[in-house]
Amino acid sequence: MLKLQGISKTYKVGTFGGKELHAVCDVDLEVGTGEVVSLIGESGSGKTTIGKMVLKLISITSGSAFFKDIDITTIEGRELKEYYRNVQGVFQDPFSSYNPIFKADRVFAMVKEEFYPDMKPEAWAEKVDQCLKDVGLNPPDVLGKFPHQLSGGQLQRFLIARALLLETEFLVADEIISMLDASRRIDVLNLLADLKKKGLSILFITHDLSLAYYISDQAVILYRGSIVEMGSTERVYFNPQHPYTKMLMATVPRLDQEWEDIEIAIREKQLPIGQGCVYFGRCPFATDQCSLERPQLEQIESNHQVACFSCKRGS
Amino acid sequence: MSLHVENLKVYYQTLSGDVRALDGATFDIADGEIMGLAGESGCGKTTLAHSLIRLTPPLKFIGGRVELDGEELPIADMEKMDDFRFRKISIVPQYAMNALNPTRKIGKMTAELLASKGAKMKDVEPELRRRLDLVGLTQDVLDMYPIELSGGMKQRMVMVLSTLLDPSLLMADEITSALDVSTQKAVAEMLVEFRDRQFVKSMIIITHDISILYQVADTIMIMYAGQLAEKASKETIIESPRHPYTKMLISSLPQVGVQVNDTRLKGIPGTPPQLLEPPKGCRFRARCPLAFDKCLEVPPFVEVDPGHMVACWKEPGKNA
Repeated sequence: MLKLQGISKTYKVGTFGGKELHAVCDVDLEVGTGEVVSLIGESGSGKTTIGKMVLKLISITSGSAFFKDIDITTIEGRELKEYYRNVQGVFQDPFSSYNPIFKADRVFAMVKEEFYPDMKPEAWAEKVDQCLKDVGLNPPDVLGKFPHQLSGGQLQRFLIARALLLETEFLVADEIISMLDASRRIDVLNLLADLKKKGLSILFITHDLSLAYYISDQAVILYRGSIVEMGSTERVYFNPQHPYTKMLMATVPRLDQEWEDIEIAIREKQLPIGQGCVYFGRCPFATDQCSLERPQLEQIESNHQVACFSCKRGS
Repeated sequence: MSLHVENLKVYYQTLSGDVRALDGATFDIADGEIMGLAGESGCGKTTLAHSLIRLTPPLKFIGGRVELDGEELPIADMEKMDDFRFRKISIVPQYAMNALNPTRKIGKMTAELLASKGAKMKDVEPELRRRLDLVGLTQDVLDMYPIELSGGMKQRMVMVLSTLLDPSLLMADEITSALDVSTQKAVAEMLVEFRDRQFVKSMIIITHDISILYQVADTIMIMYAGQLAEKASKETIIESPRHPYTKMLISSLPQVGVQVNDTRLKGIPGTPPQLLEPPKGCRFRARCPLAFDKCLEVPPFVEVDPGHMVACWKEPGKNA
């Protein structure tokens, strides 16, 4: 459904824009119909940047992106509007997604104005009610209220309902669980799982490994703008090959076992940008080759790719 | 016994009345104990920490007493508390990254901080430098401005600062929440190291992430809507919780190895009550599957097993 080919995002930084910052570097990614793909990474890994590029909130520096064979890098006007009917995003902080001066259901009214101007008010109200029920809200409880009168979980589900109103086929969910309480998180996750069964594709962006495991089919591990490992969730989680993924998996706090003693490099030395492996500075197995060449993603088993020289050497 | 809190009540003053954010908390922390304090947002965990160290309006002291190392803490008296703050009881605040003065070099700021407590930088400096090494910071940070440090580095710097005078009790409020998992682990393990090296005697770690507590804490205390629900060793809380809220909370946490297609986890239906005019009796009553008539009275926080305290009428405690 969505296909990204070698997309990159470069920011100009420094006083006169003389330096370049590679937020995302040459990322290939595919999301099928009814599939949940998790983008996992630490802060600064470029996961949100990818989400924003898919939503066309920021421009793509290079590479191409296709949604159902339509190149989205160039679309505008009517086509862009059609694209937004199919692709929608929900973001981390539900409170800042609303204008606090207006009632929360204004987001629905705006959808009607833009996309369904001819629909009768009664039919529209029914549709809104149905979508709210679909996300597990009781319409009379939440309609006609201001954002501050609703809880974070309710607002977050409101936004998902808004995406459903458009009959969206693709959802970019950027850290939508992080702001919610432990007892509410699982409800939103279950909701996404139900929608997925109905055919919704989701790009699930998170830093929380256990949440990603719970819901996703495919896992993509990002480090400093590059994919270091990707594949089916089970394979990536239970057979991690890249040293970074291994370290991540070992640092996830779990309830069934205590942390093992592993060394975590806090200080890091960095290579000049664009040279060598992105993980070189923190990698305990780095060799000279890693500082000169950039490893490419290689298939190590079916549906499991790793970008690391040492894995290839091992096999 | 390091800390003893008895029936502590602290409310928030608002225009529409008092918000009962902490309504009768009674618990002890032993010497060398790291207690994790967990609960949903708005359950009063940060209120508890703040009232132990800096009780200022809109917080209002209603009743109860607090003892630290056998000495009563005058928590309602801002001036008298000055003798205890930073020396006896210290806090690593929730947004530790913004806790450093941006206009001062860190070394200078530290000296000023110590001077305000009547300690001399000269006496403390060797120890300060040793501790910087311990948390993996270079000595140069003392000559840097906070802006030159990364988030994780600032966090570690604040941890060193907060514990510089070897307080008896340290409170760490959500200090790992804003960090990446790998940094999170390093910071959490430093906290344990601080206790092991006796920089601090005992500790309260506040977080909403129970899996972190399982890694670092000795005991876990669960709060719900301003009241204590359960306190026990971390193994007991995770493996055999007794309070219905704890049970539901633990079973709703996703784990690596659990997928929605195999096991569908359940959340807790309903929302926490308003604390402006909280419902009578047990505050979990409306969401509790076991609730019955007796729950209209506030359940006492009683010991059901050695070291295992529960506030639930369904538990056969001493009072039942």
